[in-house]
Amino acid sequence: MKVLVPIKRVIDYNVKARVKSDNSDVDLTNVKMAMNPFCEIAIEEAIRLKEAGTATEVVAVTIGTKASQEQLRTALALGADKAIHIETDEKLESLHVAKLLAKIVEQELPELVILGKQSIDSDNNQTGQMLAALTNRGQGTFASKVDIENATVKVTREVDGGLQTVELKLPAIVTTDLRLNEPRYASLPNIMKAKRKPLEVIAADSLGVDLAPRTQLVSVSEPAKRSGGIIVDDVAQLVEKLKTEAKVI
Amino acid sequence: MKTLVIADHDNGILKPETSKTINAAVKLGNSIDVLVVGENINEMATQVASIDGVSKVLVADHSVYAHQLAENTAELVISLAEAYSHIVASATTTGKNFMPRVAALLDVAQISEIIDIVDADTFKRPIYAGNAIATVKSLDSKKVITVRASSFDLQTEQAAVTVSTIDSAIDNQSSSFVSVEQTESERPELTAAEVVISGGRGMQNGENFALLNGIADKLGAAIGASRAAVDAGFVPNDMQVGQTGKIVAPNLYIAVGISGAIQHLAGMKDSKVIVAINKDPDAPIFQVADYGLVADLFEVLPQLETAL
Ligand SMILES: Cc1cc2nc3c(=O)[nH]c(=O)nc-3n(C[C@H](O)[C@H](O)[C@H](O)COP(=O)(O)OP(=O)(O)OC[C@H]3O[C@@H](n4cnc5c(N)ncnc54)[C@H](O)[C@@H]3O)c2cc1C
Ligand SMILES: Nc1ncnc2c1ncn2[C@@H]1O[C@H](COP(=O)(O)O)[C@@H](O)[C@H]1O
Repeated sequence: MKVLVPIKRVIDYNVKARVKSDNSDVDLTNVKMAMNPFCEIAIEEAIRLKEAGTATEVVAVTIGTKASQEQLRTALALGADKAIHIETDEKLESLHVAKLLAKIVEQELPELVILGKQSIDSDNNQTGQMLAALTNRGQGTFASKVDIENATVKVTREVDGGLQTVELKLPAIVTTDLRLNEPRYASLPNIMKAKRKPLEVIAADSLGVDLAPRTQLVSVSEPAKRSGGIIVDDVAQLVEKLKTEAKVI
Repeated sequence: MKTLVIADHDNGILKPETSKTINAAVKLGNSIDVLVVGENINEMATQVASIDGVSKVLVADHSVYAHQLAENTAELVISLAEAYSHIVASATTTGKNFMPRVAALLDVAQISEIIDIVDADTFKRPIYAGNAIATVKSLDSKKVITVRASSFDLQTEQAAVTVSTIDSAIDNQSSSFVSVEQTESERPELTAAEVVISGGRGMQNGENFALLNGIADKLGAAIGASRAAVDAGFVPNDMQVGQTGKIVAPNLYIAVGISGAIQHLAGMKDSKVIVAINKDPDAPIFQVADYGLVADLFEVLPQLETAL
């Protein structure tokens, strides 16, 4: 079974994004970048499937600038067999990404695609579901457990009221939630080995997908600031403040 | 043009997110139809009919929709889409599951988790875990939108409008329901509660969460948690508040033994009043707290319960 894992280069999750002073966007100059945490979980799950003998090949794919090859190399160091870089300098939307990924699905014919549930920059939470629709496959989103059995995959999903399990016919699409697994770190020898693994580069505009923008970013602003609070001395003062000052209890 | 809202419900109970999403939809200025999808949902359809601003309720009641599988729901929505300029749902795990499928099948972008409506084409939404607010204009002729319900009010009531049945049974068959483990709780739902008290890693274990119970009882509060508390197995996943869990904006949010990571703040910093109890005076949670108490939670939680 071949597993395709789309990964995204994003701001490091420990870094607080800052808005540019002209309010045109978020300022990413000299900001630490990393693989989207949900994509790390997706790669980890694919590698575990390979280690278990369920998957035969793990292919990582990213759509982005030349710099995103860094994250592909990380995926290779973690255990992916091959990487595909769909190169573009445009800021693409989830619909475009899903359409480009659908082309790669057509080409690579993976039985399973594992994506992150959400990019921590756009916070879109769309691409996996869109890819599932475009390829007419079943989807198991927000997965906390993935079990492959014969020609199906059982996915336990984290939903608002608890956990839901669905069974999908393969080929299928899965998106990862945080508790699916705990990703490993790449070892130094594996980082060295990754440099020799195959990395194919494809120009995004060569895939015949309409990449015209569907949305326009009008402006980006800082969220409303909270005014500074106070430190209370003890529980009695806290309760008193909540009753008489904040009037919330 | 018209707006189609897809109602959010769980196990026969209409979620308050539906009313809040209709509140958002009203601001688009179109007349509003609401689609209720599921099995044995007539009672909920009646409730929807009395939410102010709704012109018509459409009911798709069939066993294929019993578990609201995204594949079936999305195709059902597509079959109705032609008449609507805006298709809107709550950004709950149900809405997040099927709406991007709807968008892709319509070949339009989805605008996720809007918190404000500038005009019928332009919306505000948080990005980067809420550290920036983007104003986004949709260039598509049809808009597919999910709504962050915590940013909108409950809609008032009206005299009930017509409920009509849709004869539809779409079974995509690529996916089927196996089971559900519903978390049972007597407490108000996290996203609907006026008061939320959340515990973090500082609670040390699941048993200690009982220290929050008495306080929650007295305040009529829902109980939430940080991801660290959920990951450590103290409490179930559906209690997680944050960028990737539930977004809450109650009148009062009490964070106990929670450090205040960016991802946690993303889920609660729009609360009206924030209280933080943490033994570390440098914990980042104090930067957003209106009232901070630097103390050992095991000492002060029993005191707080008594004082209320
Ligand atoms: C992609 C991604 C998504 C994430 N999404 C979320 C999310 O949705 N929600 C979320 O919460 N996190 C999320 N996280 C995790 C987040 O980064 C933090 O790791 C997490 O919020 C920390 O939880 P915590 O504050 O309970 O634990 P810690 O950071 O360990 O803090 C524990 C706090 O308890 C205090 N404490 C300990 N003992 C006591 C005591 N006896 N009395 C008083 N205080 C005490 C300590 O001083 C400390 O401040 C996400 C992370 C990633 C990478
Ligand atoms: N540019 C991209 N390249 C590859 N995969 C992507 C890209 N953007 C999004 N994805 C995948 O889609 C998931 C969800 O992203 P989003 O829908 O943008 O929140 C990510 O975790 C990735 O797995």
